[in-house]
Amino acid sequence: MLNLSVRRRQGDFQLDVDLAAGAGVTALYGRSGSGKTSVINMVAGLSRPDSGRIEVDGKVLFDSASGVDLAPERRRLGYVFQEHRLFPHLSVRGNLVFGRNRLAAAERAVDFDQVVDVLGIESLLDRRPANLSGGEKQRVAIGRALLASPRILLMDEPLAALDSARKAELLPFIAKLARQFAIPILYVSHAMDEVLRLADTLALMDDGRVAAAGPLEQLMADPALRPLTGRYEAGAVVSAMVASHDAAYGVSRLSFGGGTLLVSHADLPVGSKVRVRIHARDIAIAIEPPERVSIRNVLPAVVTSVTPTDAFLVDVVLSCGGAPLWGQITALAQAQLGLVPGMRVHALIKALTIARGDVAGISPSP
Amino acid sequence: MFTMTPLEIEALGLSLLVSSWAVAGSLPLGLACAWLLARRDFPGKVVVDGLIHLPLVLPPVVVGYVLLVVLGRRGVVGGWLFDWFGITIAFTWKGAAIASAVIAFPLMVRAIRLSLEGVDRGLEQAARTLGCGPVRTFVSVTLPLMLPGVLTGVILAFARSLSEFGATITFVSNIPGETRTLPIALYALTQTPGGDAAALRLCVISVVVAFAALLASEVLSRRVQARLKA
Repeated sequence: MLNLSVRRRQGDFQLDVDLAAGAGVTALYGRSGSGKTSVINMVAGLSRPDSGRIEVDGKVLFDSASGVDLAPERRRLGYVFQEHRLFPHLSVRGNLVFGRNRLAAAERAVDFDQVVDVLGIESLLDRRPANLSGGEKQRVAIGRALLASPRILLMDEPLAALDSARKAELLPFIAKLARQFAIPILYVSHAMDEVLRLADTLALMDDGRVAAAGPLEQLMADPALRPLTGRYEAGAVVSAMVASHDAAYGVSRLSFGGGTLLVSHADLPVGSKVRVRIHARDIAIAIEPPERVSIRNVLPAVVTSVTPTDAFLVDVVLSCGGAPLWGQITALAQAQLGLVPGMRVHALIKALTIARGDVAGISPSP
Repeated sequence: MFTMTPLEIEALGLSLLVSSWAVAGSLPLGLACAWLLARRDFPGKVVVDGLIHLPLVLPPVVVGYVLLVVLGRRGVVGGWLFDWFGITIAFTWKGAAIASAVIAFPLMVRAIRLSLEGVDRGLEQAARTLGCGPVRTFVSVTLPLMLPGVLTGVILAFARSLSEFGATITFVSNIPGETRTLPIALYALTQTPGGDAAALRLCVISVVVAFAALLASEVLSRRVQARLKA
């Protein structure tokens, strides 16, 4: 469990961050320049806050009031950097055991063979970092940080330097980490797809402060946070479970609080928990359920709020069996339909708009 | 067949002895100075930098004379050393080593500093987060990564020491078997009527030794580079 409350001035930029990160993956999300990396560096002890307090599992790492400022090597944190930062003069094995060798035998909580196995790096052990691909390097870097048996794993955009194929290759490994090694992860990112895939808790950074923090689904469904979650990314996130596949038509059925959602084929076993992103602009609203329509998802819902964003667009938040959906419609449509909070409506979602990238398998809740 | 005369063997042996000690003795200080200049900001850094580089631009005779004034038996430090410990530096091979070390020092510091500046600080940060203190980080990450530069510095300084003449002759003079290194023996021969043939032989020996040193440095640094990359 990480608790921090720090302030730091960097030139004209003022950081003032309060954050708590518990079990599972906490994503620190924000656009570049919002101060995410500064926060993680302060936790690691690579930069020093002007004032504040940082605590991990009850151990004080930094406290300006009592003058505590532990050196990085005494903080017992794992840090996976954006660039792999592997030691070029050591083999993969030498890199992996680098931090582990600094620990007394009793403190080595993470098993070498398990890490090698989970990360699939057994065949690389005797190679040099220079001979590895970008994805392999980052896997070794993750293993190296894990083997130092950290109290918390800090990851600073570990996928940002990789192309999308490598990224897709690495994401499942990271998703596995938190639950397999029971180490909390603080994951810094500006890529919403990574956050949706990995995060249990989301902290939105903006201009040097944490603007909002909470469970991912809750924050993503809040139109007020849209400037931070991203205009293009705008949309709700719904937790669901794979109910069935229909191979003949290439579709999958997901069940969630509001009923069944038909999506394009999801390559996941029946019963797995998923997180589905439904873009706000892909939701249409009907007062009566339309008949003989191509749209496969027609879900009864109740309007919870109607908020104009400008003269042209209106944000409509619906509650669909308790799950928040968020649609964006034109102000004209809203006026002609007379949408007001409390109204019973139907949310229409084309199955094809929920593509593979929008359905992410997530770990069973711990 | 080229067989060396006792005089040549003596001069060569002395040159190697003096240069080895000059390099070995100044390496720790060279590392410290390079680290200070590359990694630390402190008031007067420009002055320290200038002082270290001064022997590079001063006439070696000036350096030799200053050493004599300071370390000679009646010098500030030399007198104290003699009175308290009975140590004499001037006009001994140890003095020759010190003179060579001072002259070669800027070359060594430059090479080491350059390689230190090339070391990615991010790797040192990574080592710190993995539980290494500053000293351990330096020994296990920084030093191996700057090894090619250190090697270059050492060989450069060694070669420069081998060729040291001006400061040496001023500080420790020309004493056979004590301070008569290759260049000094060569100079003495050129001043002796009929010494041309012997002088030429010393020239050849000097060239061979210097060239061997450069070659060794090239081979070594290539090997280290390959180890870092492969």
